[in-house]
Amino acid sequence: MALLEVKNLHTHFFTREGVVRAVDGVDFELERGRTLGIVGESGCGKSVTALSIMGLIPKPPAKIVEGQVLFEGRDLTELDEGELEDVRGRHIAMIFQDPMTSLNPTLKIGTQLTETLRRHLGMSKDAARKRAIELLEEVHIPNAAARLDDYPHRYSGGMRQRVMIAGAIACNPKLLIADEPSTALDVTVQARILDLLEELRKAHDMAMILITHDMGVVAEAADEVAVMYAGQLVERAGVQDLFDRPEHPYTEALLGALPHVDEEHVRESRLTTIPGRPPNLVDPPEACRFGPRCPYASLNDSCTQVEPQLRELRKGHWVRSAHPASERAGVPAEVGA
Amino acid sequence: MSTNGALLEVTDLTKHFPIKQGLLFDRTVGHVKAVDGVSFQIAEGETLGLVGESGSGKSTTGYCVLQLLKPTSGSVRFMGRELTELGREDLRRMRREMQIVFQDPYASLDPRMTVGDIVSEPLVVHGVGSRRARRETVRGLLEVVGFNPEYTNRYPHEFSGGQRQRIGIARALALNPKLIVCDEPVSALDVSIQAQILNLLKDLQRDFGLTYLFIAHDLAVVRAISDRIAVMNQGRLVEVGPAAEVYSSPQDEYTRALLAAVPVPDPRKMKERKEERRRVAHVLAEAAEEAALADE
Ligand SMILES: Nc1ncnc2c1ncn2[C@@H]1O[C@H](COP(=O)(O)OP(=O)(O)O)[C@@H](O)[C@H]1O
Ligand SMILES: Nc1ncnc2c1ncn2[C@@H]1O[C@H](COP(=O)(O)OP(=O)(O)O)[C@@H](O)[C@H]1O
Ligand SMILES: [Mg+2]
Ligand SMILES: [Mg+2]
Repeated sequence: MALLEVKNLHTHFFTREGVVRAVDGVDFELERGRTLGIVGESGCGKSVTALSIMGLIPKPPAKIVEGQVLFEGRDLTELDEGELEDVRGRHIAMIFQDPMTSLNPTLKIGTQLTETLRRHLGMSKDAARKRAIELLEEVHIPNAAARLDDYPHRYSGGMRQRVMIAGAIACNPKLLIADEPSTALDVTVQARILDLLEELRKAHDMAMILITHDMGVVAEAADEVAVMYAGQLVERAGVQDLFDRPEHPYTEALLGALPHVDEEHVRESRLTTIPGRPPNLVDPPEACRFGPRCPYASLNDSCTQVEPQLRELRKGHWVRSAHPASERAGVPAEVGA
Repeated sequence: MSTNGALLEVTDLTKHFPIKQGLLFDRTVGHVKAVDGVSFQIAEGETLGLVGESGSGKSTTGYCVLQLLKPTSGSVRFMGRELTELGREDLRRMRREMQIVFQDPYASLDPRMTVGDIVSEPLVVHGVGSRRARRETVRGLLEVVGFNPEYTNRYPHEFSGGQRQRIGIARALALNPKLIVCDEPVSALDVSIQAQILNLLKDLQRDFGLTYLFIAHDLAVVRAISDRIAVMNQGRLVEVGPAAEVYSSPQDEYTRALLAAVPVPDPRKMKERKEERRRVAHVLAEAAEEAALADE
């Protein structure tokens, strides 16, 4: 059994402007000890997917209208708040983009860490303090014992994110969800945070969901990749296969739009762009959501008529498109610039 | 022009900020050497990419070039004139020739002004054209940057980040400047929008012969638009050279560390990059922070 299985997840926001279909068809499995990268541009539903798994969506206005989140076989969408609290404390932990939103600026770092340990694991004060020092050492914060008395504002963004990570792994979770953990940081600091997460994932035998908008980050850190577009999972594959042979026209476009640091002639050439913008999720295109921006969709075919379903194109490679790359083989690509 | 034909020539530029302390009276207890002896040149029509970690002094350098901040010392020669010695009126006139585009299109546009007013403001300030002529100019500018000119009466918050950045670029172009300092203009944008804005900046450079000082912390983005690269660390330039050379054979260890940090969308290269990263990490700012904590 997979550690986590998300089946046909639909999370909608019921607002005055209408129903926002923030997550509208997400399916994946995650095995123990593996890293899944969820990638897509802002607003495509990555965070709402994560919050749905954690039972942290704001209700109202949000509601999981369909689907299951099976964690070790148990459907988390059916648990009450007390049971969810227990799962969050001990089995699934989450870290966010901005560490300051989750660290309390008025509390010492030691206090914040020991509180978590005492609440969720019922540790004594002394035991919690000892464990907190170990945790800070694990995330490579120098002179850990002295650091317990520091306030978070003393630290740079990267160092704060490490404190957050120490808190997240405190209870030895089986799954760590990291929502853009390095996006607000310099690339140099981002690299260190990603390396640290990888190290901890191995040491604790955790599974990880790494949410990012950066294809480079995915390539470095993920075993498997899920690409999201307009609330839906549109492609899922092993990381090597995804980068070697991307299938969905959106994935291809996203990769094409990325400037490469080791590409010699980028200065003279133009970057590939995707015409238009993602749809409004109150009123998305009825059939294929990428259809209006897709270079392969033509008006007289299924793209505007039938909603494409996620299908397994080859072993382990899933795609939601009527025109995946390998089925277009031989057809000249008429990609617009 | 200066003797060697550069449009912009910066020599030994420094900018020190006082560090103040005290309850009633601020006392200066030291200085942050934000820019600490920086020299570079940019030829007309060229892009110089300025890269470095955050806090390395890139924005301060940009502001000093434009005289938005007064340099502590050093020379900034632009179009053959020494900007640091100009009086207010002369400087005002020179400002027409040099503009800035900021990172955050949300913060840098006045939310109470319409798109039309934002773009025409520099024209009004410099008394360019009649009201009617300005309206035409604004429409033309918006068209050039790919923003629907029908929307001049709307407000910036009605638009996405990429659209707002187009408004910011139209405004920077209004006075037909020679030099534009681009301070992280695409850092806050999604990849596909980032590509659109980078292409736009390239097109504008080609069509109007613009010169860019392009500031960014993302080395992949910088490479896409720069002819030469200047690498900044703690207020100093550690390496300046043609882009191809800096990227293929970086001379300074700090440059190597910056390059190694960029995630590359190719899983096969992951391992070697991680090793290189470990080798050079000690020169980065976080290593300094760690060392300071370890010493306490
Ligand atoms: N509180 C909310 N009310 C209404 N819509 C929301 C709310 N939170 C998120 N959304 C919508 O849900 C969609 C997905 O958001 P999110 O998951 O945060 O995107 P991502 O993390 O991929 O950037 C977006 O279109 C967003 O506008
Ligand atoms: N107005 C200011 N007052 C005091 N210190 C400043 C000011 N502006 C910038 N600094 C300091 O100068 C250094 C360089 O900052 P900046 O030029 O913004 O770097 P970058 O743009 O490379 O991130 C930093 O240490 C910053 O804290
Ligand atoms: Mg998000
Ligand atoms: Mg800056």
